[in-house]
Amino acid sequence: MNQGSKKTIKTLCFAVLGMFTFSFALVPLYNVFCEVTGLNGKIELRATNDKNIEIDNGRDVSIQFVSHNNEEMPWAFRPSEDNIQIKTGKYHTATFYVKNTTNKRMVAQAIPSVAPSNAAAHLKKLECFCFEQQELAPGEEALLPVRLIFDDELPSSINSVVLSYTIFDVTDYNDVEFSQHHNDDHHAGHEMEPSI
Amino acid sequence: MFKKATTSVNNKLLAGLITLFSSNMFAAWDDLNMTEGVTAISKEVFDLHMLIFWICVVIGLVVFGIMFYSMFAFTKKKNPNPATFHENTKVELAWTVVPFLILVFMAIPASNTLTKIYDDTEGDINIQVVGYQWKWQYKYLEDDIDFFSNLTTDWDEIYNKTPKGEFYLEEVDEAVVIPVGKKIRFLITANDVIHSWWMPDFAIKQDAIPGFINTAWTIVDEPGIYRGKCTELCGKNHGFMPVVVKVVPQDEYDAWVQDKKDAAFRMAELTEKDWSIAELTERGEGVYLKNCVACHQVNGQGITGIFPNLAGSDIVLNDKAGNIEILMEGVQGAAMQSFANQLSEVDMASVITYTRQAWGNAENGDGEIVVPKDIVEYKKPKV
Amino acid sequence: MSAVIESHNHDDHHHGPAKGLTRWLYTTNHKDIGTLYLWFSFAMFLIGGAMAMVIRAELFQPGMQIVEPEFYNQMLTLHGLIMVFGAVMPAFVGLANWLVPMMVGAPDMALPRMNNLSFWILPFAFFILLSSLFMEGGAPNFGWTFYAPLSTTYAPPSVTFFIFAVHIMGASSIMGSINVIVTIMNMRAPGMTLMKMPLFVWSWLITAYLLIAVMPVLAGAVTMMLMDIHFGTSFFNAAGGGDPVLFQHIFWFFGHPEVYIMILPAFGIASHIIETFSRKQLFGYASMVWAMASIAILSFVVWAHHMFTVGLPLAAELFFMWATMLIAVPTGVKVFNWVTTMFKGSITYETPMLFAIAFVVLFTIGGFSGLMLAITPADFQYHDTYFVVAHFHYVLVPGSIFSIMAAVYYWIPKWTGNMYDERLGKLHFWLSFIGVNVTFFPQHWIGLAGMPRRIPDYALQFADWNMISSVGAFLFGASQILFLFIVLKTVMGGKKATPEVWEGSRGLEWTVESPAPYHTFTTPPKVN
Repeated sequence: MNQGSKKTIKTLCFAVLGMFTFSFALVPLYNVFCEVTGLNGKIELRATNDKNIEIDNGRDVSIQFVSHNNEEMPWAFRPSEDNIQIKTGKYHTATFYVKNTTNKRMVAQAIPSVAPSNAAAHLKKLECFCFEQQELAPGEEALLPVRLIFDDELPSSINSVVLSYTIFDVTDYNDVEFSQHHNDDHHAGHEMEPSI
Repeated sequence: MFKKATTSVNNKLLAGLITLFSSNMFAAWDDLNMTEGVTAISKEVFDLHMLIFWICVVIGLVVFGIMFYSMFAFTKKKNPNPATFHENTKVELAWTVVPFLILVFMAIPASNTLTKIYDDTEGDINIQVVGYQWKWQYKYLEDDIDFFSNLTTDWDEIYNKTPKGEFYLEEVDEAVVIPVGKKIRFLITANDVIHSWWMPDFAIKQDAIPGFINTAWTIVDEPGIYRGKCTELCGKNHGFMPVVVKVVPQDEYDAWVQDKKDAAFRMAELTEKDWSIAELTERGEGVYLKNCVACHQVNGQGITGIFPNLAGSDIVLNDKAGNIEILMEGVQGAAMQSFANQLSEVDMASVITYTRQAWGNAENGDGEIVVPKDIVEYKKPKV
Repeated sequence: MSAVIESHNHDDHHHGPAKGLTRWLYTTNHKDIGTLYLWFSFAMFLIGGAMAMVIRAELFQPGMQIVEPEFYNQMLTLHGLIMVFGAVMPAFVGLANWLVPMMVGAPDMALPRMNNLSFWILPFAFFILLSSLFMEGGAPNFGWTFYAPLSTTYAPPSVTFFIFAVHIMGASSIMGSINVIVTIMNMRAPGMTLMKMPLFVWSWLITAYLLIAVMPVLAGAVTMMLMDIHFGTSFFNAAGGGDPVLFQHIFWFFGHPEVYIMILPAFGIASHIIETFSRKQLFGYASMVWAMASIAILSFVVWAHHMFTVGLPLAAELFFMWATMLIAVPTGVKVFNWVTTMFKGSITYETPMLFAIAFVVLFTIGGFSGLMLAITPADFQYHDTYFVVAHFHYVLVPGSIFSIMAAVYYWIPKWTGNMYDERLGKLHFWLSFIGVNVTFFPQHWIGLAGMPRRIPDYALQFADWNMISSVGAFLFGASQILFLFIVLKTVMGGKKATPEVWEGSRGLEWTVESPAPYHTFTTPPKVN
């Protein structure tokens, strides 16, 4: 085999490894892309650090809250108010009622989603129950707060936004990054790093 | 003739052939094309479809015309000495640029229509649509109405034991009801796997994705019953979860909303009432046939290795508390989901009672029944 | 020529094939490996085809008759996987093995031992995949696109074996592509510049680069699935912060180039055959090369047109619509070039030419429906209906598979030294041609009329055309037995072929004897 062939083979092997790595790099890239564009109505699962977001003369926007329990999730879960009116550039706190209706200690994770999706990039949260997992004792109930704001860049065609939360049962499926409750018996055997 | 359910193989073949070769073909053409639908958007989509279709037909006629001409005119017999040209920059440039211009011509109306479809500002009525394995749930956000929509086609029809009805696989127990002339916004999501909510007459097809919400909107001016389907493979019964929308005049809609609210009130009363075994099993059978039969089968025996047998199951026979728990909580890692938020207390109690009474279970087990109050009790905090 | 080979062989090369089974097990000869690939892909074609027959039999009439919905889903999943990864791709690799070294004047593939390995791992991959049919919970049942979470949280246990099988197939494809690229880039005969290479070689060079780029991405996608299922990660699980739509993005980032992987070599084949039987040099060689290259590049920026209904933002939908429509330009150039090659030619209609012409016409019809599908608002109506099924079967069956059959008829005299039976070949063509169109053309209509894909049972208004479609499928399926017979008959004997075989044939492979000697071009030929 000549030198040229060896070089081609080497290059191609690097290309294969590179593309394999790239497929995994697509995960964070996609998330960044989603957060920037609001693709899929995804919003950041962490608090905003934008200090200059508050303004005085914002316009009216209505928010419709929607809740859904993912399969096998027997908790009661609903917004305290279905519909609120807020102004862009002003913080507002909304709450969701949640109750563990079972006789077991359970852990839940709420996942937010926004429609229309191009509103997602403009919805910022200072605090949200979706930033962390929620653990409730049997029969325990709680009012979970979300403190949110729309920045003033919100496209003018959008006057009404749907903010949906789906809660998932993650009792047997703890993801370290979200978890605030490091309950030892939940972590047996979960050595993997969280993916996202 | 396409709507008719013919019975024998021969009839059908014959019907197909007749359609192929008779003038009837033109009458049937509409059934073979995309539906025009009943909304402004769906009509625009249809026009777009036809525009592109005819452009393709014209291009096809020109290209294939030249090709077939060459095939007949330049056979070895007729043209023994082939020409020798093999490139021509001008011609090649022309057939790169001209198609590009045609594409631009198509892209403009397409982009316009798409932009209109994406204009999803506020709706008059917001309906949350949730895809389940294998049914749809509809929640009217303003009116607190919430129900499931299940296929009603009998399994005997599907398994060819009884003749198929007119709306075979396109009929549900409870259709989504919307009023004419109002902007309806659908907020589409899913409970388990990805589904897709398709209503051809409104030109709406949106994937229902667990954890995320997609929107679609429509304004329908013609009252009627419209039928669609789930269009994303979602497991075993993907073919058996139709979408049915009933569009009614405003006053009829208002009456329907009132009716649903009254029904919710009556349901609360039912929960309080004292139930007999017979009442519970009768109601339970209906609930079972709607929600359970797809997996556990009519005879309760399930499918070996996949869906557990209920006839003679120890939990169903002798463990009332365990029985309630399974239906309320579901089984982790198995197809059995929680029905706590899907069935009312009455339906939950009656279906459990039914399974504990049917298939000889009452004789072989403790035969204990479950009443709605048991379920209310279960839902109360245990501490 | 053989005298030349003898005098230059001083190393330990075999001068002919070994005897018996070990010849095939240990062979490093590109012709043997090509033959193995072709037979393997034919076997997979029959198995995948048998599954298609089960599907069409169930859809013959409304109602469930033959299989249960659960098994139906397994059939449609395995049918897709086997046809894509087991039939079409290995057939093209087999053709590349046979033809690329001969076309560029090389003695063999650059990496003969890896060539052997890349073939022999394939049967294991498909053995694993097929054995999942007998596992508890059954075979994979989530479609060949295996969307999460149906393929992760909700999958049968056999999904792990499926993932393993996909890894092996991917490894095989990657090794095969490295081999092709190294051979083409480094082993061309003196004087054969890139722009003098036969178009089949060009098409495979581009295909191989596509494979190198996307097979690792597929491997990545299934690896993430594996980790989600067994190691508690949540790439595609919303509960853990993942996103099921991400799976679709990664899958189609692989999947769309994959579609072109299955059609580019067909472009090469059609170009050779049309040129030969028109007895006229191919029109627009350079534009053919550029068209293939631009199709390949565009294939990386159109993936989301498979996902118009997942809820992408407007800007993304517009971008992917426009990018997808653009592909019509280079594809059109290719079709125009083929037609112009025939124009003022001196045409005869042997079986390969019939298949090639049918390829051009029917592939173009598939292209038209592809253009329609690119129009996003209309796609909301077409998406996941039988219109899509009709579209991609038009591109893959009378597209890729007809081109493979054309290639077999065209080159089999070179491989075996015998002419095939022209009368039977034509019969096979006409049966296949009628079968394909009766099967798939009505599917456009039932799709437009509203029948979703991947359903085991359907509403009554679709009954008539489904029945006709099934009849067509049975005809098409049965006529492939005739193909098997014709190939076997040609291998056994027949009229002896001349070195040129066809009157108008061009290219180095036609300068060696028929059948091609076990070793060709040990001394490189001179190309002007």
